[in-house]
Amino acid sequence: MAGKVLTITSGKGGVGKSTTSANLALGLALSGKKVVAIDLDIGLRNLDMILGLENRIVYDVVNIVEKTCKLNQALIKDKRTENLFLIAAAQTRDKSAVTSEQIKELAEELKKDYDYIILDSPAGIEGGFKNAMEPADEVIIVTTPEISAVRDADRVIGILEANSKTETNLIINRIDPTLVKRGDMMSKDDVLQVLSIPLIGIIPEDKNIVSYTNIGEPSILHKDSKSGMAYKNIIQRLLGKNVEFMEITEDKKGFFQNLVSLFKE
Amino acid sequence: MFFDFFKKNKKTSAEQAKERLRIILAHERAENKAPFLDDLRKDIIEVIAKYIDIDPKSININLQKDQSIEVLEINIPIK
Ligand SMILES: Nc1ncnc2c1ncn2[C@@H]1O[C@H](COP(=O)(O)OP(=O)(O)OP(=O)(O)O)[C@@H](O)[C@H]1O
Ligand SMILES: [Mg+2]
Repeated sequence: MAGKVLTITSGKGGVGKSTTSANLALGLALSGKKVVAIDLDIGLRNLDMILGLENRIVYDVVNIVEKTCKLNQALIKDKRTENLFLIAAAQTRDKSAVTSEQIKELAEELKKDYDYIILDSPAGIEGGFKNAMEPADEVIIVTTPEISAVRDADRVIGILEANSKTETNLIINRIDPTLVKRGDMMSKDDVLQVLSIPLIGIIPEDKNIVSYTNIGEPSILHKDSKSGMAYKNIIQRLLGKNVEFMEITEDKKGFFQNLVSLFKE
Repeated sequence: MFFDFFKKNKKTSAEQAKERLRIILAHERAENKAPFLDDLRKDIIEVIAKYIDIDPKSININLQKDQSIEVLEINIPIK
């Protein structure tokens, strides 16, 4: 097997890298791919919580590269699918505890047995980002339609180009149709005109994500979730299918629904 | 009426965001691609000033990509 390293990065913090990593990892696994997700945000472990696997962690990525455990011992099996494993970030160390060479070596090893190695990058453009960027075969840049996130994404795109990373795609996260309609948020097309890299997904603002994270079940597991649907589309595109981009529109409340919410208050 | 008139001419905040990004990113991209531009400017001013009277602020240096060719454009207005 010759797996692929897919890095999820952004420049700006808090735009949805880990949420995206969790959903893509789980979604690809549920479509039958063998997946390892690696949390490279060392010192600020997150992916384990989003995936609901925090109680299973014994060893982490630093243990692997320092060879204080075997690779197999640090692979945490998902509860829902046989196809997904997590390698957690170390919580008591910092980004300098691993080098990009070590991550590259680990990724090469994993490529033999897995279809996708998903690297959840920390924010920024320093060491931790480089650890995630350098081993990448493909990169997904996550941004929101906010001016500072887009600016930082552009910077990251420039760095990726300079490092000959040519397989790069964009996810625009947290699109709020009400704000776009009012002219107070850049639309998908506005962001694309500024950044000009291929788009692989648009995710709506989804108030339910907080509760999905609370219980460790990413959107993709929830049937009626709009963000889950958006992530499912991205997975289809990663698997080479041509799926139209969803329209992100305001929830239309009918007269009856309005009436119901009136009484609910 | 007056307010309506005012409103029509005002760009939405999203339009303003896009405009501001266009300008700042054009600048940052050039800078990141050719971090030597600032030093180059200083050197050029120093050399030219030895021979001609120039206004350092009026020197314009631009790295542009025109389809496939990259052009380094230097404009030096003489006083
Ligand atoms: N589409 C969305 N709708 C609503 N909330 C979202 C959406 N995507 C992400 N969030 C929320 O935004 C916050 C940041 O998300 P996340 O942790 O995935 O970002 P990150 O880029 O990994 O952050 P960091 O840079 O700190 O690693 C979380 O609280 C998450 O629930
Ligand atoms: Mg994160």
